[in-house]
This record gives sequence, C-alpha cells and structure tokens, in this order.
Amino acid sequence: MNISSILFYAISALILGAGILAVTSVKIFRAAIWLLFSLIGIAALYFWMQVEFIAAIQIVVYVGGIVVLIIFSIFLTQQSGKEMNSPALSKKIFSALAALFGTAFVHNLIVHYDGFKYVSANPFNPNVAAIGTQMLSTTSHGFILPFEVVSMLLLAAMVGCIVIAMRPTNGNATDTNNETVSNTNTLINKD
Amino acid sequence: MQDIPLSQILFVSTFLFFIGMYGLFTRRNLITMLMSIELMLNSVNINFVAFNKYLFPDNLDGLFFTLFIITIAAAEAAVAIAIIINLYRSHNSIDVDDATEMKY
Repeated sequence: MNISSILFYAISALILGAGILAVTSVKIFRAAIWLLFSLIGIAALYFWMQVEFIAAIQIVVYVGGIVVLIIFSIFLTQQSGKEMNSPALSKKIFSALAALFGTAFVHNLIVHYDGFKYVSANPFNPNVAAIGTQMLSTTSHGFILPFEVVSMLLLAAMVGCIVIAMRPTNGNATDTNNETVSNTNTLINKD
Repeated sequence: MQDIPLSQILFVSTFLFFIGMYGLFTRRNLITMLMSIELMLNSVNINFVAFNKYLFPDNLDGLFFTLFIITIAAAEAAVAIAIIINLYRSHNSIDVDDATEMKY
C-alpha cells in the first residue's frame, strides 16, 4: 500500500462521511456545510485522478456557486438554528433498506463484471488546450453544438429564475394572474 | 495510481449515489432534497471521469459530459431555488407536506 492508495481511501472516507452527515443532520445549516465538505472531497478526488481542469470547475461551480446559493436560500427561508422534523422511524428504516439493497445490487454487478480489468495502459493527461480545441471544434468529434445549446439553456434558466422569483410589483399580491396580464399589457403598450 | 482498480472508484460513486437516494427518500424539506440531488449528480460525474481515465484515455468525451452535467446542475439549482423562494412566499413553509393543494 503506497501513499497514493492511502490518499484515495482518505478522500473516499471524506466524501462518504460528509455525504452521510449531509443527508442525516437535523440542522439544515449543518447539512449544507457537510455538503460543502463532500463536494470539496469530490474535487480532491478529481485532483487525485489528475483531471485538474474538472477539479477547478468543480470548486468554482459547486463549492463557490451552488453551495453559496443553497446557504443564501436557507437564510431566506428558515429560522437559523431551528431543528427540522425527524422523519418517522419506519420511513427511515425502509429508506435505508432500499438504499442498502441498491448498493448491494450494484456492488454485485461491479464485482462480477470482467471488462473493468482490461484497463488501457496509455497515460491520461488531458491538457486544457486539447479540451478547449475539441469543445469548440466543428468537426465530427467537436462539441460546438452542445456548447451553444447549453449556453442558451443557461440564459433561459437565468431569465426564468428572475421571472419566477420576482415579487409582483403592483396591485395586491394574491391575484397574480391579473398582474401577469396587466404586466404583459404594459409591455405591449410600451412596444 | 494504478494500484487502485477502476472498480473501487465505482464503489465510491455507488455509495454516494445511494446516500443521495436515502436523503431524497427521508427528507421532507425542499432545500435538503435539492442537496441530495446534487450528491447524486456528483456521483455520476465521478463515474464519467473514472471511465474516461481508465478505459478510454485517448478520448476526452467523459470530461465533456462532466462539464455539461455541471452546467445543467447549476441551472437546475438556480431554477429550483427560485421555485423554493416563491413557494415560501405563498405558503410560509418549504416543507413538501405543506403544499398539498394539487395532490388529489
């Protein structure tokens, strides 16, 4: 057992331990912090697999973006420090049994599949230049179309977020249908 | 590096996926359910990168799938949190058991 294996087991223990605490903690803010540690562990696993670009993206988007967004929404919607209702014991037991059964099933599949033993001997060192060239290439192995589609999806999602979370401006807050109609009317009038 | 076979990385991602599934089954708070879904998406990303590294080191396709999944997960989280905040405004709670108007 060399230092690389020890590192892998340490990273795996961090990911799984923090993940278990993130789904079982009764205080929602602590659950978010455990999720943060689990995502950092996954970034460390990417570093261990020597895909530094994906690891950097993981840290920037997940750790710096999504977890911060989740913590913000916790502050907007929860009293801090309040404990959540614990689920019923029977529900916990049956969920744990379902998860354990699924884990055992997939574990069994992986153990008995032979194809994973024939790993390729070529070294895997993706540099960022190769990733960028293939991402924006228009040849048959390029990813320019998904790139453009996903950029449009992001734009649509951001506009949709603003529209969904926007507080109704005029009139009473309960009658949102009329407001939408009147807002549309004012937009049309402006045009 | 080569001392760890591919199957051990797959075990880690399997455990992580079912941890997320357990959270999705037991939690009743929308934000914590969203956190469970993020865990499941991350376990899939680990699988893509590991398969690409161990089985097809000459290609980069697994990395691109990972990048697109991360992007879509970010969009999904943003939309979900907008919906959660809207639900909190109308129901004063983000518990899924409290929003039952359209249940039956």
